[in-house]
Amino acid sequence: MALYKPVVVQTCPRLGERITQDTVYWEGYKAPIQIKEFGAVNKIDFSPVPPRNYAVTASSRIHIYGRYSHEPIKTFSRFKDAAYCGTYRDDGNLLVAGSDEGIIRLFDISGKAPLRQFDGHTKPVHVAGFLSDKYRIFSGGDDYSSKLWDIPSGTEIVSYREHTDYVRCGCASKVNADVFVTGSYDHTVKLFDARTKSSIITIEHGQPVESVLLFPSGGLLVSAGGRYVKVWDVLKGGQLLVSLKNHHKTVTCLCLNSSGQRLLSGSLDRHVKIYSTTSYKVVHSFSYAAPILSLALSPEDETIVVGMTNGVLNIKHRKPEEGKEKSQKKRQPAYRTYMRGKTYMPKQEDFSVSKPVRRALRKYDKLLKSFDSSKALDAVLEPSIRLHTPEVTVAVMQELHRRGTLRSALAGRDEKQINLLLTFVARRVIEPRFTSILVTVADIITDIYQPVLGQSAIVDRQFLRLQEAIGKEIDYQGELLEVLGMMDTLFASFAEKKVTSLEETRSNSPTEIIETDE
Amino acid sequence: MMVAPAALRVVRCGGGTIHGVRAVFSADSKYLLCASGDFVKMYSVATEETLRLMGGHADLVTGIQLNPRNHMQLYSSSLDGNIKLWDFMDGIPIKTFSVGSKLLALYALASSEDSVFVVIPKSGERDTFQLVSVKLTKTAGQDVEAKDLSVVLDGVGASPKHIAFGREGQYVASVKEANLQVYFFKQKQLNRFSVNTTKTKNRNSQFTCIACHPTEDCIATGHADGKIRLWRNFYHKKEYTFSTLHWHHDIVMDLAYSVEGTSLLSGGVESVLVLWHNESDCRKDFLPRLGSPIEYISMSSDGSLCCTLHKDNRITIINSNLRFSKSIQGLIKSIDVKTGLVVDPRTKALVLNGEPGHLQFYSLQSDQQLFSLDIVQRQYIHQAGLKQADLVKVAFSARGKWLATVEEREEATDPELQLKLWFYDEETQSFKLNTRVNTPHEDHITDMCFRDMGELEDDSPILVTAGRDCVFKVWVIVEDTDPEAQQSVSWSCDFVGSYHNYQATNCCFSEDGSLLAVSFEEIVTVWDSVTWELKCTFCHPPGKIRSICFGRLTCSKYLIGATDHGFLCCWNLLTCALEWSAHLNVLVLQPDPLSEHIAAVSWLSKESSLFVFKPNEPRPVYIQRNLCKEKILLAAFVPRDEPEMTGSEKYLWLRSSQLFFLTDTQELLTLSARSLEERLTPSSKQLAIEESLPVTPFSLLLGKHRHQQSQEDTDLGKLVVHNKHEQDSPAVKELLHTPAHVLPSASFLCPIFINSLLISKENKSAEEVADEVEMESEKTDDDSDEEGDATEMEQEDATPMELLGEMTCKLSKSQERELRKLRKMDYSWISAF
Repeated sequence: MALYKPVVVQTCPRLGERITQDTVYWEGYKAPIQIKEFGAVNKIDFSPVPPRNYAVTASSRIHIYGRYSHEPIKTFSRFKDAAYCGTYRDDGNLLVAGSDEGIIRLFDISGKAPLRQFDGHTKPVHVAGFLSDKYRIFSGGDDYSSKLWDIPSGTEIVSYREHTDYVRCGCASKVNADVFVTGSYDHTVKLFDARTKSSIITIEHGQPVESVLLFPSGGLLVSAGGRYVKVWDVLKGGQLLVSLKNHHKTVTCLCLNSSGQRLLSGSLDRHVKIYSTTSYKVVHSFSYAAPILSLALSPEDETIVVGMTNGVLNIKHRKPEEGKEKSQKKRQPAYRTYMRGKTYMPKQEDFSVSKPVRRALRKYDKLLKSFDSSKALDAVLEPSIRLHTPEVTVAVMQELHRRGTLRSALAGRDEKQINLLLTFVARRVIEPRFTSILVTVADIITDIYQPVLGQSAIVDRQFLRLQEAIGKEIDYQGELLEVLGMMDTLFASFAEKKVTSLEETRSNSPTEIIETDE
Repeated sequence: MMVAPAALRVVRCGGGTIHGVRAVFSADSKYLLCASGDFVKMYSVATEETLRLMGGHADLVTGIQLNPRNHMQLYSSSLDGNIKLWDFMDGIPIKTFSVGSKLLALYALASSEDSVFVVIPKSGERDTFQLVSVKLTKTAGQDVEAKDLSVVLDGVGASPKHIAFGREGQYVASVKEANLQVYFFKQKQLNRFSVNTTKTKNRNSQFTCIACHPTEDCIATGHADGKIRLWRNFYHKKEYTFSTLHWHHDIVMDLAYSVEGTSLLSGGVESVLVLWHNESDCRKDFLPRLGSPIEYISMSSDGSLCCTLHKDNRITIINSNLRFSKSIQGLIKSIDVKTGLVVDPRTKALVLNGEPGHLQFYSLQSDQQLFSLDIVQRQYIHQAGLKQADLVKVAFSARGKWLATVEEREEATDPELQLKLWFYDEETQSFKLNTRVNTPHEDHITDMCFRDMGELEDDSPILVTAGRDCVFKVWVIVEDTDPEAQQSVSWSCDFVGSYHNYQATNCCFSEDGSLLAVSFEEIVTVWDSVTWELKCTFCHPPGKIRSICFGRLTCSKYLIGATDHGFLCCWNLLTCALEWSAHLNVLVLQPDPLSEHIAAVSWLSKESSLFVFKPNEPRPVYIQRNLCKEKILLAAFVPRDEPEMTGSEKYLWLRSSQLFFLTDTQELLTLSARSLEERLTPSSKQLAIEESLPVTPFSLLLGKHRHQQSQEDTDLGKLVVHNKHEQDSPAVKELLHTPAHVLPSASFLCPIFINSLLISKENKSAEEVADEVEMESEKTDDDSDEEGDATEMEQEDATPMELLGEMTCKLSKSQERELRKLRKMDYSWISAF
């Protein structure tokens, strides 16, 4: 004896973006908060230690924001002109920033006046950062030089003049305290070792380099410039691993997520793209209102902060996990009631008998099981089903048609129900996946209710709407056929070998023509 | 056609319409007896196995009844005019009574001493039947004439369901069309009643079946309009009464009263068993979805079980509380076998349409259904005239990893088509749906095949479907590159090919998979399977191509095609020319997957003939005319597990595979040199029941073991004595009687235990020693110059019992002795020659 088989609801694979775990993860942020800064935001840096404050460098100031405060907690404004690249040290106590006047300033987070000023660059300094031993600072300036500074003495240790254009980005290795990289507008990325007099690796990016990033392992280097994001294997002496071209304007900033599994890139095309670092495919992307200059992700991916050219700072906080809170709110039943027998460990000689799982049937299935055709149709015309899952409604209509009881299910309905039915049909009949059955339904309705036509204004209006919808669809199909004809001509004018592809096109295109006798 | 002494014969191995009569339970409800074609089958209720196959009738068995005076005996009647009495526990025919005319039904009553009732056609008139009682004389001898007939009722229905005997055989009731007649034996009174067909305005109130209450005077009749009428007071011609029960929407196929008569069972096309309590319309229970229309219902004599026979040859056993208990199913008869006969490469089972919307896997060895795969996955409504989706095409990839199915629903405007691809999941050991394609073609799919790559297969299988919409489509696996996707592979269309807007009718891949042949009405096109370029075309007008296939192995350069104008053509693919053609109306063209042979079944002058040929020679290897009277629609070669050794050269083509046919009555035939009796495996014969213990697999196992043991006992009596001796050796005793906690470690005990099992030299029986002495004395001349230890090989063989014993030590000893002997043997005498 077989079980009752529920109605098969045909689901079509959704076209366009597929919902993956990544989509779910990256969509899990609250609505963004916008803060207006004084100028273009050129750097955002999160403090490596809690509370996760972040330093935002814009115009001639550096603002420190708290995690949830939307007012700056602290401001460093001792800059005569624009400040650049406010970066935290690993312990979160010190902050370094370059400036337009060529001076690098070192601040204590708790103080206001700079602790040190490093003078040496003759042109604006766009890059400044700490090496991982915490006692040295590297910097790069528009005077084409990269320098290393000693914090305690405040003196320059070494100066590299290898770039032939502005140095605009840099990054220190986390595993080796002597290694840092700088990227320049001369299209190269150079890797320096503080112990040597010259660069050890030079990588040709091909475009002016806007941002560089070293992976935490130190083995991979990411450079961004022009429309390209390129990943290089440092350990192989700077071999190109992969070149990504997913933006259609210059990529300005790069960032890794906390796990190192995803790479984020922001671009002047107003998009942030998220790549998987295993497959280097785009797994998600965000779009923003203005070209993006800077981007930062807090540890644990709690917050995404994006700075744009119009000076707007866009902050998104992650939504709290919902499931947990709900279950806590609910009053739990007595622990023992539900744990009875759960902890029993079966002995070896025990024979386990699994309880048959009772499948709960949907309401329409129950009605179909008992051959209540009309009621089953009523059940799927409930607003919740009709509006949100029209495929269920159509599947039940199909099933009724298959059973030969569609006509009797549609018959004997009052004005309100006919109105409902016709509204549904008129709206959905043009959807290709529903067309075949809904045309039948429309035919039957017309047949049944032809005699009462003209008695109710509402029903008459619905009939007219249906006619209009079908007429529109026929026009549309006609146009499509015209286009197809044009394409056929085009294909035919190509080489003769293309015969097969032409046939493929023909078979894949929608050619169903809806006929109606209204 | 000359037939060799060991001629092949056509053996029926399943299917057909097998149940023509109600089943009978044995008195203890442990066995179920069913008429099945020309045979009577006995099933075990507990294990569902066929225990006995009682053959002897020359035509359909039309009635079976237990002997009322001996419950171990069974009467059976057949269209061949004989009544046979069987001892069904042993499967022995006791007596054969020949009546002379066709017997259409059989009834046996406890009250009528030595006679049974049969329905026979009335002599001289067509389509009129009469119920007669036959006196079964108690004369000695196997074959007895039973010509002592006395007519009881005239003008009865031919079906066994149309007659029923009332309370303790006091009356007999019979229905035919719209008339009911009741005959009282004692009063010799005949009452006639009829349902007024004009009043109900339709002719559908005709009688279809009848059942009598076991204790009361009440008759239940089933009608074609789904009503059940309960008749009472039918002693009176006028004042009779009847009440009506109505649930069935279509014909009531059968009725049965429970043993006490408190409830009535009815069944019909809806395949729902209805239990009516106390003959009232309001209290009824249902057992729905039994799979297919119910044909017959029978109750066991103790009332604990009920059995329904279904239209698709299934037997369902149901508990008294209306719970489904068991189902006995062989080859399920489907409405129409559209899928063809396909062999599952994994299980070697035949695969074809089963229940509506299901695919049945039928095991040829055990004559049982292995499993039924639900393809359509929709509720089947048992209602006449309803067009529902059913399976039309099935194809397996070479290793059985992929299964492709096509289902369609006929509709006036456009057929609803679905192509489904199933993946064999090793973990769950079943097929899992991988891809579903809605409307793969715009019209019916005519053929479908996988590219059969043999060893190289399964990395990139290719599926080709040919449709009536004038195209064939090539489907390939596409891999989803996204590592987080749920499914890593799915199928999609890769290429669409057509030829001059002709309908594609057949498709077939060559053995190495490099070529695809697609027939378009009258033309066969050959395509390269890599570039999908059209290579060449073949045509043999007039007539459309009915089927095509490539030659195999040494004949792989040939392409065979059969046209519907009765031509069989063989084209050479190298020269692109017709090699030979033969005038033959070929219905089925089936290549053997393991050899070059191709079987063609033709339909000529109302009989099917079989031709087996190799494509490289136009003369057939084997011809069998008059294979059977039915039209053969399908055939399949099933690979044998091990090649059969046939003596005759003529049957070489049967060595690696066996050929099966399916006729239009869905009967499965095969060609075999052995008869069906031999084909039944010895294990099933062993199922004889010595005691009336319930037969369980375990008891069978035990029985077999016991049997073997007793055989060993007789063979190796000597050794058994030894064994018994060992059991009370001190070491074993110690081991078994010492408490576990004081025993030393197992590794310490092991050598002692093993040693105790060895047979020590001193223990050798005196008998054996004597044997050896004898051997010594029997030295032959050949090795007379050797020392006495050497014995002749033949003598070694003469005492195989020693070797047969499982004692390893002994074996090694004898081997040792042999070795020693060989070493010492001197072959110097050879040099003398």
